Amino acid sequence: MAVFEKITIAKAINESLRASMEADPKVLVMGEDVGKLGGVFRVTDGLQKDFGEDRVIDTPLAESGIVGTAIGMALRGYRPVVEIQFDGFVFPAYDQIVTQLAKMHARALGKVKVPVVIRIPYAGGIGAVEHHSESPEALFAHVAGLKIVSPSNSSDAYWMLQQAIAGDDPVIYFEPKRRYHDKSRLDTESIPDPLHKARIARTGADLTLAAYGPMVKVCQDVANVAAEEGKSLEVVDLRSLSPIDFDTVQSSVQKTGRLVVVHEAPVFFGAGAEIAARITERCFYHLEAPVLRVGGFHSPYPPSRLEDEYLPGLDRVLDAVDRALAY
Amino acid sequence: MTVEGTAQRKNARGSSKRTTAKKATSAKKASPAKARNSGRPDEAEQDQLVQLLTPEGKRIEHPDYSIDLSAEELRGLYRDMVLTRKFDAEATTLQRQGELGLWASLLGQEAAQIGSGRALRDDDYVFPTYREHGVAWCRGVDPTNLLGMFRGVNHGGWDPNSNNFHLYTIVIGSQTLHATGYAMGVQKDGADSAVIAYFGDGASSQGDVAESFTFSAVYNAPVVFFCQNNQWAISEPTEKQTRVPLYQRARGFGFPGVRVDGNDVLACLAVTKAALERARTGQGPMLIEAFTYRMGAHTTSDDPTKYREDEERVAWEAKDPILRLRTYLEAEGLVDEAYLASIDEESEALGKRVRDAVRAMPDPDDMAIFENVYADGHALVDEERAQFAAYQASFADADAAAEGN
Repeated sequence: MAVFEKITIAKAINESLRASMEADPKVLVMGEDVGKLGGVFRVTDGLQKDFGEDRVIDTPLAESGIVGTAIGMALRGYRPVVEIQFDGFVFPAYDQIVTQLAKMHARALGKVKVPVVIRIPYAGGIGAVEHHSESPEALFAHVAGLKIVSPSNSSDAYWMLQQAIAGDDPVIYFEPKRRYHDKSRLDTESIPDPLHKARIARTGADLTLAAYGPMVKVCQDVANVAAEEGKSLEVVDLRSLSPIDFDTVQSSVQKTGRLVVVHEAPVFFGAGAEIAARITERCFYHLEAPVLRVGGFHSPYPPSRLEDEYLPGLDRVLDAVDRALAY
Repeated sequence: MTVEGTAQRKNARGSSKRTTAKKATSAKKASPAKARNSGRPDEAEQDQLVQLLTPEGKRIEHPDYSIDLSAEELRGLYRDMVLTRKFDAEATTLQRQGELGLWASLLGQEAAQIGSGRALRDDDYVFPTYREHGVAWCRGVDPTNLLGMFRGVNHGGWDPNSNNFHLYTIVIGSQTLHATGYAMGVQKDGADSAVIAYFGDGASSQGDVAESFTFSAVYNAPVVFFCQNNQWAISEPTEKQTRVPLYQRARGFGFPGVRVDGNDVLACLAVTKAALERARTGQGPMLIEAFTYRMGAHTTSDDPTKYREDEERVAWEAKDPILRLRTYLEAEGLVDEAYLASIDEESEALGKRVRDAVRAMPDPDDMAIFENVYADGHALVDEERAQFAAYQASFADADAAAEGN
């Protein structure tokens, strides 16, 4: 138990796994290179040394096999925390996640539980090769039976993972890989917010920016710049995409009258589309402007030399803010 | 490439496919026919096919697998197979009558399922496909529970943990990974239970099956892979799945594979027992290929006359699993007319119980749509449940208003 004034997200996740494994002997970590190497991002660094090969399992390079066997272990009473090495590598496991993991509890009329947590380092901004920068969260949020979360800071990274592990539902925990080394405060004795509750990251009066994971920092930067121009932006860190805490977004939008949703994932059929639709239903008479979205294009994630253009950055978000405020 | 060219290529491909299928069918026909004439399949296969009871009902020995059953146990296997077949036939009839939406018959595979099913201990765990009605019977799952999903009232109506019999898995091969993971858990618990994964010749082509072989071998997991090669994956013969006998696949993964006469309940029992024992004693996985035949259609929606010759089915009829055990039991004087009559009677009673149970099976409540989507709840499901309930209630209000008039 400790207070970390400055701890990276990667280290906070490591501490979280450690705390979960200490608290419950049924918690296992499994994935490619998670053992001796500590994962390609070193998130599981030292865990195998401390908890043994029986609980920190280096798996064959087969994502469907990793998730499928994790399901089997969960049926036996374990709580596997699976690491998928990169976002773009989750698809061999997509079948197991969608047809089995998500549906097994319902199929069994509630008689079995499948508490598998799937950690996926996601999103871009690290200059990587193809398949290493994607944001596939909407493809999972569309599936009933799964819960989807994504932290934006170290404290959330620490607490949300433990909450995901402690829960009895399958959770996909998207880790903003370009923020792994961002440092922020973590108090391991504080009382965390509920897992699926959104957080007001900054209060403001003129417009609401809603984001999650890696885009929260971008939105905070946008709010800072806008403040210099005399515009007061509220930033909502959604934290959870399934379910989405629409109540918090609704309250914010009823106050500001304007909403811009920001994510790295393609705009088309993305989380922003769902949020725009729901908030329009809930806040129709409060809206001063249509809900705008800023996100990836309907193109494959581009080569890294182009990713700064593809990713929503300060200017593209500010442009949307200006357009919304112009109504 | 012109459009015309594409069409030509497609036509060429289409016709060559038909030719291939035809060839495959006639080649397949040759094998059982030959087996019947000579009393043995082709030599390479015969060397590998574990058999303890011939199609003629003659008891034979095998150098690696033996079995010694009491008269009561032998009669028990007969009873299991007869009742399973009866249940299966009843379900097919219920589908024809519109009581079930679909049925996947196990006709012809009774020996593979009862033999392997009776090899299991109570603490072992089964991961079935959707056709393991005989295994379910052995596990003590009430047969009427299997029918809910085929009637459309649920997706699996039993508690997997009360009989250590997992839910039917429809996506082909997925359950082999669940079985492997479960077995890895058994291993971590230090238990000496074993796990058995059922799948078919079609599933053997799935990546998940290959991955389950890899994982189980690497971790030396206590799992037995029981492949019922019933020769057909809907319309595709085994030749469309593999160029080597399926049991040989195991070798490349580093564990043994064996082909057993899947219509010989004694051989299936003996081989499965041995494989389970290997698993229990830390010797890792094993693949059993039960060489059998799907006597009926893939499901009640299928029409096998479109893709296979009836001669093939007739040839396999001569290898019927129930008939050969009955012949043996009668020859050994282990059953008499009274016993056989009692089984028939029990069989009729089971049929009636199944019919009555299915016809009495109520549709689920509308609100069941929203149940068990999540174990810990979900705000969106709660919201949609409330909205749908209000929508439903609006009709009640309208009805009440209409009555008031």
